[in-house]
Amino acid sequence: MNWVWLHRFGSPPYFYRWAGRIVPWLAWPAALLILAGLYGGLVLAPADYQQGDGYRIIYVHVPSAWLSLMIYTVMALAAAVGLIWRIKVAHAVAASCAPIGAWFTGVGLVTGMLWGQPMWGTYWEWDPRLVFYLVLLFFYMGYSGLRSAIDDTTRADRAAAVLAIVGAVNVPIVHYSVIWWNSLHQPPSLALTSKPTMPASMYVPLLLLFLGFTLFFYAVMLTRARAEVLRRERGGNWIRAALETTR
Amino acid sequence: MSEWFAMNGYARYVWPSVAAALIALVWNALRARSLLKQARAEVRRRLASEDES
Amino acid sequence: MSGVKTSAPRAFFLVIQRDLRLAFRRPGEWLQPVAFFAIVTLLFPLALDPEPARLRALAPGALWVAALLSSLLAIEFLYRDDGRDGTLEQFALSGQSFASLLFAKTVAHWFLTGVPLAIAAPIAALALGAPPHSLSGVLLALLLGSVSLSLIGAIGAGLTLGIRRGGALLSLLVLPLSIPTLVFGARATELAIAGASGAELAAPLYLLGALAVLGVTLAPLAAAAAVRISLE
Repeated sequence: MNWVWLHRFGSPPYFYRWAGRIVPWLAWPAALLILAGLYGGLVLAPADYQQGDGYRIIYVHVPSAWLSLMIYTVMALAAAVGLIWRIKVAHAVAASCAPIGAWFTGVGLVTGMLWGQPMWGTYWEWDPRLVFYLVLLFFYMGYSGLRSAIDDTTRADRAAAVLAIVGAVNVPIVHYSVIWWNSLHQPPSLALTSKPTMPASMYVPLLLLFLGFTLFFYAVMLTRARAEVLRRERGGNWIRAALETTR
Repeated sequence: MSEWFAMNGYARYVWPSVAAALIALVWNALRARSLLKQARAEVRRRLASEDES
Repeated sequence: MSGVKTSAPRAFFLVIQRDLRLAFRRPGEWLQPVAFFAIVTLLFPLALDPEPARLRALAPGALWVAALLSSLLAIEFLYRDDGRDGTLEQFALSGQSFASLLFAKTVAHWFLTGVPLAIAAPIAALALGAPPHSLSGVLLALLLGSVSLSLIGAIGAGLTLGIRRGGALLSLLVLPLSIPTLVFGARATELAIAGASGAELAAPLYLLGALAVLGVTLAPLAAAAAVRISLE
């Protein structure tokens, strides 16, 4: 395996320029996809035959929930790369993931609760999915808390990386245990049973939003990571050149 | 139009959800931009003070 | 430094011996978490109406929440003194496996806090109205669960080592990681109190055991990495 590409991305000047070039190519398609997906989901798609128009929450809930898990994976992978190969840029990426992940976990929870009220008759059901995302939010908060408690950047990076990896081992176990716990305590709750096959007018907007949210995350994360890289880099003539040539 | 806003009675659940997502999207986008701007301004200040000394 | 290198298992047991000996000189410190556990379980009957049936239904949850909080209280002592007086640095420079020496400390810590907790739990369960024949199940559940709690706590204590006033942060790091242990442990305790036995009771106990085994294999490495970072 050739690791040259990894080390190239690990070089702050290269990363800074590369990310600066690629962000517009992520951000604009993301904006278009999200707008199109919302239009399709909220206006064009027909109402669900069981849940009426209430099901439309799916178009913001499911992409957010998906993001919060995907961001955790990206964060843990970046943390592992940073810890193993001692690549500072990877730590900058991991640090940039956490606040975005916490935001979208929060959105997933809030929209889940707002969906729960009309469907289950209560804002908070001890549903395994809701509980799991609440725990995920605590993971993100712990990660950010540890980071901000340590003043030295290198130490904060490495300690937070250990935590992210430990959390990544634990997330599937928590998921499994919460499902197991629920299957013992819960009388079968009103499941969100939708029709076995969604018509295309319903799922195409959802696909657009999945893609749009994902691209949006990468655009925001890379922008934050660029700021982190600048903040961390002491001296360095490349910064002078980079500030003049790139946006 | 107003019928669409009413969402057949689900308006009080659908619109806050959409609003939550939009707030998250807009806030994160603006926050990332302002962080990058701040970092750039800070580096510029540092480089300028290095040039003087 | 003496020329003869101590073998790894011997170093492991020496550290356990040393920690136990140090602890026995100051029994107040490691008895505190058990006392805390007893007080928290006492609070439940006082705060609620001590009606036997209700207390019995509540007992598993009360026992496990109290156990979790008390292990959290205890874990702060794990590296604190050795971090202050430079013993951990000596461990890191000793040429022995750092992870195994720290694991030895965790084992000693489990003897001092986990085992007393597991012994106190059946007594507390009895006070909460659990039938006497269920106590062996309660003991076993806490014995297995406290292994995981000590190991998870060791990671958290390593990460927050050297952070002033890290207590609240420690709980934010450790408690979410402890959720599987809480779920399986409380379920095993609940089944034991309800009078289950055999395969029905064994299922959550096996899961607790699996968590403990997973913890023993992975947590010492993570804890060692965390402590090393804090020492840098």
